[in-house]
Amino acid sequence: MRVMAQMAMVMNLDKCIGCHTCSVTCKQAWTNRTGMEYVWFNNVETRPGLGYPRTYEDQDEWQGGWVRKPNGRLALKAGGRLKKLLSIFSNPKLPSIEDYYEPWTYDYETLLNSPASENFPVARPKSLLTGKDMQVQWSANWDDDLGGSQEHAARDVMFKGIEDKVKLEFEETFMFYLPRICEHCLNPSCAASCPSGAIYKRAEDGIVLVDQDRCRGWRMCVSGCPYKKVYFNHKTGKAEKCTFCYPRIEVGIPTVCAETCVGRLRYIGLMLYDADAVLEAAAVEDDHDLYEAQRSVFLDPRDPEVEQAALAAGIQADWIEAAKKSPVLRLITDYKVALPLHPEYRTMPMVWYIPPLSPVVDVVKETGEDAEDRGNLFAAIDTLRIPVEYLANLFTAGDVEPVNGVLKKLAAMRSYMRDINLGREPDASIPAAVGMTEEEMYEMFRLLAIAKYADRYVIPSAHAEQAHGLEELATDCAVDFDAAGSHYDQALLGEGAGYPTPVAVENFRMLQDRQTSDSLAAPDDKASRVNLLNWDGKGTPEGLFPARPEGGER
Amino acid sequence: MSTFLWVIVPYLCLAVFVVGHLWRYRYDKFGWTTRSSQLYENKLLRLGSPLFHFGMLGVVGGHVIGLLVPRSWTEAVGIGDHLYHYAAVGGGLVAGVMALVGMGILVYRRRTVGPVFSATTPMDKVMYAFLGAAILLGMWNTIAGSVFSLGGEYNYREGVSVWYRSFLAFQPDADLMARAPIGFQLHALVAFGLFALWPFTRLVHVFSAPVGYLTRPYIVYRSRDSRPGPGSTPSRRGWDRVG
Repeated sequence: MRVMAQMAMVMNLDKCIGCHTCSVTCKQAWTNRTGMEYVWFNNVETRPGLGYPRTYEDQDEWQGGWVRKPNGRLALKAGGRLKKLLSIFSNPKLPSIEDYYEPWTYDYETLLNSPASENFPVARPKSLLTGKDMQVQWSANWDDDLGGSQEHAARDVMFKGIEDKVKLEFEETFMFYLPRICEHCLNPSCAASCPSGAIYKRAEDGIVLVDQDRCRGWRMCVSGCPYKKVYFNHKTGKAEKCTFCYPRIEVGIPTVCAETCVGRLRYIGLMLYDADAVLEAAAVEDDHDLYEAQRSVFLDPRDPEVEQAALAAGIQADWIEAAKKSPVLRLITDYKVALPLHPEYRTMPMVWYIPPLSPVVDVVKETGEDAEDRGNLFAAIDTLRIPVEYLANLFTAGDVEPVNGVLKKLAAMRSYMRDINLGREPDASIPAAVGMTEEEMYEMFRLLAIAKYADRYVIPSAHAEQAHGLEELATDCAVDFDAAGSHYDQALLGEGAGYPTPVAVENFRMLQDRQTSDSLAAPDDKASRVNLLNWDGKGTPEGLFPARPEGGER
Repeated sequence: MSTFLWVIVPYLCLAVFVVGHLWRYRYDKFGWTTRSSQLYENKLLRLGSPLFHFGMLGVVGGHVIGLLVPRSWTEAVGIGDHLYHYAAVGGGLVAGVMALVGMGILVYRRRTVGPVFSATTPMDKVMYAFLGAAILLGMWNTIAGSVFSLGGEYNYREGVSVWYRSFLAFQPDADLMARAPIGFQLHALVAFGLFALWPFTRLVHVFSAPVGYLTRPYIVYRSRDSRPGPGSTPSRRGWDRVG
């Protein structure tokens, strides 16, 4: 047993309203640059729909992920090492910019500089690739809210096996949103596809990153990732991907997408897993067994044996404590309501989803029946092939059973909590019907519906004694005579001598303090602060600046 | 004059080539990339790029054999001049035509496909000019000299190749080059110009040919701590300004 820790996320799709706040804040934070105009590390897809890039889930076409060979071993679907090297001069399976969309801006200057004229001036769309006029035909969310789905949605590859049942007529369709980030897989096929070895999985927290100094732009990762979550920066010629906001995670605060999610539907926490068991689990024969196989890889940090092994493997005690409290662990292992996205790609994804009950509720509601009654909901889950089979195609490689199980738990929670909310006697038979105790059900409700900040995000910070290794420091200045001569002078002068605290770490710390302190008006260090209204501007009274740490290193 | 052309210039170019690469690797790892434009356009690339690259691999292989293997060696293993000549011209023509046609397609693509054209840097254009000229002159030497025997017989294995080996051994014999036909002289000069440009163009990607991929494990794990400490990464070009 080789215990490793993995930072993981769960998203509760029932609460996603498709507002795209996660996408926009992520874009502002990470991909608001030339060369990355078309890139969305986080995107929200309307399902049914084509997704972004279009039909990325069609692995017969794109050849992403792994396949199990007849001898029981895993192989990259797009071919092994030799084939990759031979096709390196022209990647046969790279999505073109049209599969994403051609990025554009508008010629706003015409509006501002236009002379007085009879007709209102028009801001034309201009391609950000060529600078020329262009016809806008597609974008990352062209089929948002089923827009144009009459035309497009039938091409959604997740309808495989249920094509005959699908009706996309306006009145009979169903819809939900699927926010997607990089899955930070346990068995990442992007990393395996990279000829340069530039994509790596961090041993401490399992975050998958691209080393920008080692990437040579061969683009094999873009094809290798079945989720199409590695992007090619067409200006720098390097691959870039979601970083799980590692600079934030390292100081214990959630990713930008999670932090800004207005639906509070994202959960972040640690999962411990047995790294030695990953390949075997990813290579089980039947696609339907992959969900269970992946769960079997996870270790329960509350098990003393696991705890011992984790300590022996060098995982710090506070990380093990955090793993015990992980909301992700509760949702995946305890309540079993979270499911992986496309386990059939055999990459062991680590961003899991609680499938939405709302399409089922909507159907029941439309029939005029009580949509919060357990019996009605259970019957609907059992009889509705759509959307249940559609969800199964997304989350369990088409196996309806686990999806049914989750939906029933959610339905049971709905009717159980209704009794409590209406002041009626809670019905203990409801949780029992889905194999849960009343207490468990109530706790699950607290986690899913109340979803307190501290419950949603249990993120241990990276270790202070490792702080010099924090990656953002590597791009920062330091007392290095060779590379940063100016700081040599500074060190001699005294001001700013020694190791500077990296800016982002300092800011994130302050941000976290502000967010987690009880009151803005009465901070702990209030007594030592200076009232600037009484300060005459002369001298520096005690408390004008924060106290220097012991040893005066700053 | 011949000392300047066949001793000073080649060594200058070689020095720029070596030091330039060291400098580039030290200070611009971030810029060390193929700068692929496949995202913009795929159909022409699919045809042109493999043609060009595999052709170039053949061309480079041919040059290695032609320049570095002395005539006496091939004779020692029983390959006569005649047989060698046919193999060299045949192989050279196939590889050369592949590279030339491939490059033609790629240059056409670069000029006509809007996004690719606007992503072309001045350095790219200079490099294409040198590369194209080198290939054309090389083809001319093969065709004119060996096939049609224009301007008399010239056995480069007794001239250019010997000079090249003497050059690599740091005992350059400039006379050998000075007596070579003008086509060979131009080809060599343009090639050395290309070598001098090399470290400052996208050609650096040649030296990151990922052969290590064949032997390394699929999944790479790295620890936060295994990164070099603060300051050991020099300031780099970084991201472009937004807008």
